[in-house]
Amino acid sequence: MLQTLGLLLACQLIGEVVVRGLGLSLPGPVLGLALLLLLLRLRPAVAETLRPTIGVILANLSLMFVPAGVGVIGNIEVLSKDWLALLIILALSTLLAMLAAVGTFIAVRRLSEGRMT
Amino acid sequence: MTDVATLWSYLSATPLMWLTATVLAYLAADSFARRLENPPWANPVLISVVLIAPLLWLTKTDYATYFDGAKFIHFLLGPATVALALPLWDNRDTIRESVAPILLALIAGSVMAAGSAILLARAFGLPTEVILSLAPKSTTAPVALGISEAVGGLPSLTAVLVILTGIIGAMTVTPVMSLLRIRDWRARGFAVGVAAHGIGTARAFQVNPVAGAYAGIAMALNALLTSLIVPVLVRWLI
Repeated sequence: MLQTLGLLLACQLIGEVVVRGLGLSLPGPVLGLALLLLLLRLRPAVAETLRPTIGVILANLSLMFVPAGVGVIGNIEVLSKDWLALLIILALSTLLAMLAAVGTFIAVRRLSEGRMT
Repeated sequence: MTDVATLWSYLSATPLMWLTATVLAYLAADSFARRLENPPWANPVLISVVLIAPLLWLTKTDYATYFDGAKFIHFLLGPATVALALPLWDNRDTIRESVAPILLALIAGSVMAAGSAILLARAFGLPTEVILSLAPKSTTAPVALGISEAVGGLPSLTAVLVILTGIIGAMTVTPVMSLLRIRDWRARGFAVGVAAHGIGTARAFQVNPVAGAYAGIAMALNALLTSLIVPVLVRWLI
């Protein structure tokens, strides 16, 4: 568990340092993710060491969003008089984005599979 | 009575109480959702917030004090993002085969997420500042705040809109995809990752590991793409 935590933190730290050092516009943890992927490619055996702890982390990903979620209640007044319009926009726009992504994914997959057969 | 007051002043001065409250609220929310076999409406983030909010209100605790304890949990978002490398690694063969669907669905989902938010907000006649704060709402919070600031939005409004988007996506993805009879877990996961970032990804992992892996890819790639396209879309559409 501690090995995994140490490795995750080290990847994030390197990611943050590189992002800040080079002034990149991506989050440090995303670069850390890429770094860990590279490590897994070089040392595939590491996957089994990581699996138990990462399994727990990803099964409980919702927990990490609770503090920010409570922040919504704390800052709810920023929505002001536009709150209803904003909620409608968020619902419609999220739905449209999911439909665009899922439709494109399936259409392109069918096209590329059709070409192969 | 003095003892209770002393105890209270001790507790309210340490981060322990709100850290504990956050973990316990989540555990209660999660076991409640699990017992019902994770129905889409029983979102663990939403239930936890609903449990904690009245405690803050009753104890007259402000958000800064709450966050002083909860920040330890909040901090774990970083390592959790790095951890997404493992499901990506596990699914590397199918991911390699679906590079084309992934990239094109990313572009479609990302442009639709930001573009539709901007156009709908204009249709509702919202102020420009609000439209700019809304545009990056489908991407992960730290990136969304950066984009909002860069294009002239209000980061504090963006923070709230990002979380609400995540909860809406997490609660609607299962009924919408089932209604459309979409059984491909890759496509389902990818869609919720693009539209509803980490909270959507958390939902995807709750439902299916492959969906979770694809939601993770979508979230990470969308963080990159949104920061490139929002400044452009904002210029075109506002």
